[in-house]
Amino acid sequence: MSSAPITHLPSEPIVVIEPRSSWKALDLSELWAYRELMYFLTWRDVKVRYKQTFLGVAWAVIQPLFTMIIFSLFFGRLGGMESRTGGLPYPLFAYAGLLPWTFFSNALTASGNSLVGNANLITKVYFPRLIVPTAAVAAGLIDFAIGFVMLVVLMLYYQTPLTLNLLMIPVLVFLITVLATGVGMWLSALNVKYRDIRFALPFVIQLWMFISPIIYPTEILPPKYHWLFSLNPLTGIIEAFRSALFGRPFNWTSLSISAVLTLLSLVYAGFSFSRVERRFADIV
Amino acid sequence: MEINSIIKVDNLGKQYRLGVDTAPYSTIREVVMDTLKAPLRSLRRNGSDPTIWALRDVSFEIQAGEIVGIIGRNGAGKSTLLKILSRITHPTVGRVQLFGRVASLLEVGTGFHPELTGRENIFLNGSILGMSKTEIESKFDEIIAFAEIEKFIDTPVKRYSSGMYVRLAFAVAAHLEPEILIVDEVLAVGDYAFQQKCLDKMQDVSTHGRTVLIVSHNMGAISRLCQRCILLDKGTVLTIGKPSTVIEAYVAGGAQNRAEYLQPSSFDKDINLRRVAVIDEHGEVRNEVGYADVPRLLVEYEVNRVVKGVSVGLAVFTIDGTCAFVSADLDAQPELLNGRVPGMYVAEIELPAAWLNVGRYTVTATIASAAGGGTVYDNLEVLVFNVVDTGSPGSRFGIERKGILQPILVWTTTTRDT
Repeated sequence: MSSAPITHLPSEPIVVIEPRSSWKALDLSELWAYRELMYFLTWRDVKVRYKQTFLGVAWAVIQPLFTMIIFSLFFGRLGGMESRTGGLPYPLFAYAGLLPWTFFSNALTASGNSLVGNANLITKVYFPRLIVPTAAVAAGLIDFAIGFVMLVVLMLYYQTPLTLNLLMIPVLVFLITVLATGVGMWLSALNVKYRDIRFALPFVIQLWMFISPIIYPTEILPPKYHWLFSLNPLTGIIEAFRSALFGRPFNWTSLSISAVLTLLSLVYAGFSFSRVERRFADIV
Repeated sequence: MEINSIIKVDNLGKQYRLGVDTAPYSTIREVVMDTLKAPLRSLRRNGSDPTIWALRDVSFEIQAGEIVGIIGRNGAGKSTLLKILSRITHPTVGRVQLFGRVASLLEVGTGFHPELTGRENIFLNGSILGMSKTEIESKFDEIIAFAEIEKFIDTPVKRYSSGMYVRLAFAVAAHLEPEILIVDEVLAVGDYAFQQKCLDKMQDVSTHGRTVLIVSHNMGAISRLCQRCILLDKGTVLTIGKPSTVIEAYVAGGAQNRAEYLQPSSFDKDINLRRVAVIDEHGEVRNEVGYADVPRLLVEYEVNRVVKGVSVGLAVFTIDGTCAFVSADLDAQPELLNGRVPGMYVAEIELPAAWLNVGRYTVTATIASAAGGGTVYDNLEVLVFNVVDTGSPGSRFGIERKGILQPILVWTTTTRDT
C-alpha cells in the first residue's frame, strides 16, 4: 500500500475554519458528499434494532398489526366506528392509517433522541450533523416497507380493487418522510439544549395521534372544524394515503396545505438546526 | 516559512462562556425561571457572564509531511486546538486553512457498536472516520491482519477482550490515508507490542508525505516521532521548535501550586507542618521532574512545645494509590526521637535520579508518634508531581515500562563456553 508522496499542495485551502455566523443555511452539497456515512448510520440503526430481538424484523409488522386489532375491537366494534369508514372494513381502514403513523411516530422518537444518543460521535468526529437525525428517519423507512407488505396482504384478503390512485403512494411516502425529517431534526437540536424533550416527546406523540385521522375518518368531525384539523400536516397526508390505497377521491385542498406546511417545517427546522449545530459539541 | 504549508493557523481563539456552555444542558424550567426571576439580567447576560479563553492568539504553520507534537499541561488547550482543527467545535476568533483532507483520531473506536460484529464495525468505523466504502473494501483484509483478529471477525465486538477491541479500532484508523492525520493521546492504549506497531505504522504514514499532528503525554514517543513540537500553556503557544528543546521548556516550566502546599502557623499545636514541596536541585518548586533529574521533597515544620518520640515522615504513592516508599527523618537522625526544641525546621530528602518510573505521584507528609499506631500530629496529602520522560531506558524503545521504579541497573553479560 504505497501511495505517491504529496508533491504540491492545492493553491486554495480545501477547508477554511472560521467563526460561523448564526444564520448560515445548511450546506446540502456537503450532505451529498457524506452520503455513504448516512447509509452506514442508517444501516447501523436497522441492524442494531433487531440484533438481539427474538422475533427480529417481524416487529415491524407486529407493531401496527396488533394496534390495528386492538383498535378494531375498541373503536371499530365497541366505539361504533365501523359504520363510518365509508364502506371500508375497519381493520383495513385502521391499518392504512396506523402504518404511516407508526413510521412517523417511530421516526420522530428516533430522530428526536438521535443527537443526544450519538454524543460520542459528535464530540469526536466531524461530519454534517444533519446526517444523524436524517439517518434515524431513514432507518424507519425499512420498517415501513416491511409493514407495507402486510398492508398488501390485508388488501388482498379484503379484495380491495386496485386503481391508478396508487401512483400517489410514493409522493405521499416522500411527504411524510420529509415531515418526519423536518420535525425530527428540529426536536433533536432542541433536545441537545433542553433535555425536557426526551420526556415531552412520548406525550406529544400520543396527543398528535388523537388529533390525526388515524383511528377515525375526518368526516366524523363537525365540518366547520375541518380547516382546523387540516392545519395538522399529517391530516392531509394520511387522508390522501387512504384515498390512494382504496381508490377514493383525493382532498386536494387538505393535501396541498399539508405539503406547504411540510415544506415550511423543513425550511424552519433547517435554519434552526444550523443555528444550534455549531455549538452541539460544546453542550451535548 | 516555506510556501507549502499544509496547515495555516492565524490568531486562533476559543472562548467559553462560563455558566452557559459549561453547564451541560438546561431544562426549559430553568430557562423560564431564570427569565422570570431576573428579566433584566437575562437581557444583559451576554456582556456580564464570566468567560475564559481556552485558546488565544494561536498561530503556526505546518509543512506537508511533518510530524508535529503538541504538548502541554492539562487544560493548556491541546484538546480544544485539536477539536477546532477537526472541525468538531468552532473557533471564536481567527482562522485555520487546511490544504489537505483531514482525518482525526481523537478516540480509538469512535462509533463502534458493541452489538455489531468486527466486520460490521470496520465498515461503520471506517466510514465515520471518512473512508469510502470501496476504500474500506480494498483494505479490509489488511485491516484484519493488522488487528490480528481473523478468527473473531464475525463475532460481536462486545465479546472481544479489551485488547482485541483496541487492536481492531486502531487497525481501522491506521489504514486511513488522509493528507493530514490528527491524533489525540491514543497511543496510551493497547499492549506495548501493539503500541510499537502503531508507532511504526504512523511513521510509515508520514514517510508517504502525510502530515501528522499528535498530542501526547508520552514524551518518549513525542521526541522519537516528531520533527517539531508545539508547547501550549494556558491557551497560548509558549514555544515551537525541536522536540528536545520544547520538551525541556515544558519540564522546566513545571512550577504549579499543587507541587507546594503552605499551611499557616497554628500555635495551639505542639508541632505542625508549614510547607511541603517538590523541588529541584536549585530549590525551585517543580510540578514536573525529569526522569534523569534529582527531585527533592521538602518539609518545613514548626515546633511550639517540646514533644518526644515523634517522627517526620514522607510517603510517595503512585496515582492509583500504591505506596512507592516511606521515609522518616529518624532513619538518618535517631537522636530526634528525644525531642526537638521549639523553632522552625526544614527537612529535605533527595530521591535518586533515574529511579522513579515515569508517571504521576502524590506525596504525603506526616508528623506522628514514632511507635506507630499512635497520635498523628499533622498530616498533609495534597502534593502531586509528575516524573516526565527525559530519556528513560524504556523510551529508547518507545515503550512504557511497568513498575513503580525504572532504575538503570548494572547488567553483566558474558559469554560462556559450552
